[in-house]
Amino acid sequence: MSTIIVENLSCTYGIKTPFERKAVKDVSFEIQSGDFIGLIGHTGSGKSTLVQMLNGLIKPTSGKVFIDGTDIWANPKEIRKFRFKVGLVFQYPEYQLFEETVEKDIAFGPSNMGLSEQEIKERVLYAAKFVGLSYDLLKKSPFDLSGGEKRRAAIAGVIAMDPDVLILDEPTAGLDPVGRNVLLSQISQYQKTRKNTVILVSHSMEDVARVTNKVLVMNKGELAMFDKTEKVFARSDELTNIGLRIPQVTRVTDALRKHGINLPSGILTVDKAVYEITELLKKEGRL
Amino acid sequence: MRDIAFGQYYPSNSILHRLDPRGKILMLIVFLVLVFCTNNYYSLAVVIFAVVAVVLLSKVPVRLYFKSLKMILFIVLITSFLNLFYGTGEPIFEFWVFKITLAGINNAVFVSVRIFCLILISSTLTFTTSPTDLTDALERLMKPLTIFHVKVHEIAMMMTIALRFVPLLLEETDKIMSAQKARGADMESGNLVHRIKALVPVLIPLFVSAFRRAYELAVAMECRCYQGGEGRTRMKTLHLHKRDYVSVAIIILIISGVVLCNVFLPQVVR
Ligand SMILES: Nc1ncnc2c1ncn2[C@@H]1O[C@H](COP(=O)(O)OP(=O)(O)O)[C@@H](O)[C@H]1O
Ligand SMILES: [Mg+2]
Repeated sequence: MSTIIVENLSCTYGIKTPFERKAVKDVSFEIQSGDFIGLIGHTGSGKSTLVQMLNGLIKPTSGKVFIDGTDIWANPKEIRKFRFKVGLVFQYPEYQLFEETVEKDIAFGPSNMGLSEQEIKERVLYAAKFVGLSYDLLKKSPFDLSGGEKRRAAIAGVIAMDPDVLILDEPTAGLDPVGRNVLLSQISQYQKTRKNTVILVSHSMEDVARVTNKVLVMNKGELAMFDKTEKVFARSDELTNIGLRIPQVTRVTDALRKHGINLPSGILTVDKAVYEITELLKKEGRL
Repeated sequence: MRDIAFGQYYPSNSILHRLDPRGKILMLIVFLVLVFCTNNYYSLAVVIFAVVAVVLLSKVPVRLYFKSLKMILFIVLITSFLNLFYGTGEPIFEFWVFKITLAGINNAVFVSVRIFCLILISSTLTFTTSPTDLTDALERLMKPLTIFHVKVHEIAMMMTIALRFVPLLLEETDKIMSAQKARGADMESGNLVHRIKALVPVLIPLFVSAFRRAYELAVAMECRCYQGGEGRTRMKTLHLHKRDYVSVAIIILIISGVVLCNVFLPQVVR
């Protein structure tokens, strides 16, 4: 269980070249352990850069990251310790697979931690289970899997390290709708079972609304909002201004509320909307 | 990984950036020959003056030039050091079997200055010309070779693609390395064997993705009916402007300067 504190974090790429670019500008926030955070923002708003600074893959140009009260760059030689603590699943993680078998590939992280054979084996199995990879796939070459299965295998490779914080950078990008839903449920399930902190970087407002309890909004490298999910999605106009939107169903229920229909605010999922509307109709004796 | 500065295009809008790339390549060749034709300090001074002028005109930070020079500094030091002892005539300094002569010192100075000039001037070409322009120009310049059945267009296309893929692959390497580091791969420490082993998780995905990209590119090119150079037209045609003629005139001036110095002033090296 880890808390993450970020203080005045900035990152500039290509300093002193014509390609200089401030990807993250002076961002500060605090994440409590057990939170399920959604990280949204336009393409190029610095989401990937930000999450890579949280596990020490990118050294911030200025500012600090504290994990459980320790500055992760206090001792650069120990940085690997924090990479095990904060597991990061990259965008399109299937391109990092390299071992002969899926099993060995998932074991890559745990074996870098120096665990025993027995423990590695257990972790591989439980990680495979979490992401819904059937055991007979474990003996196959990762290059023989389908796209969705590769994605799962790569995610399992990070889950197998049993990190306190799991960060997923657009894990559902490029998957079919069913695949997306299943993967999202599994991540949500993982978070509920392990009570870990999970940060989900996503482009889909619906996905974020469905599973997260807090949302970080990035805009052009700056932190635009950080609040409870309902509160963030209540600021529809501001989100629209920075090129984002609120979930469709929230837009519909908000419009209904404007027309004087007595629905509660902050309805984020279709299920919730269906429930609230039937309740309302029942109360009015129309159902 | 992306910091490899040597020979990278540096976008800007200096006069050198706007010159015709064909002209720039030809002038580079002329210049390289000229650098080796200098045989006394006067002609060397003319060349140095020209190189400095070109470097300043390119509007590329001098820091980048120093970076390219730093990479070959060691080679230059060694060669000029060896050249010190490589001269005939009266020794001005003697130690055991080593004899340093005036001719040796001259040799050493000339060798190092010539190599520095060479690097600076070729860096200027790559700094001020985008890789596509460069291969485009090479293709035009090599056009006459088609009568000897040299596949000029295909060679140029391969060069363009290779150049285009270099930054892509560097970027990809960066990404894969980060992804493996996120899984605890340790690439910064350990002995040589350990480090080479640590490269496997990077190289395999890199090769896989390089082949995938190559395949995708081939398909994409075929979809657009690419079939080699025959009958292919260009989006960007090269035209000579006034500035190109002016630059040729200046080069001719420099050549005559060097030749005059060489002919009318005493020779110090061969
Ligand atoms: N390795 C890098 N080198 C240089 N610039 C980069 C690099 N990675 C990202 N950038 C730039 O930083 C900005 C933020 O990128 P990124 O963090 O990937 O945003 P996002 O994940 O929100 O799309 C972008 O403008 C991008 O072009
Ligand atoms: Mg990204």
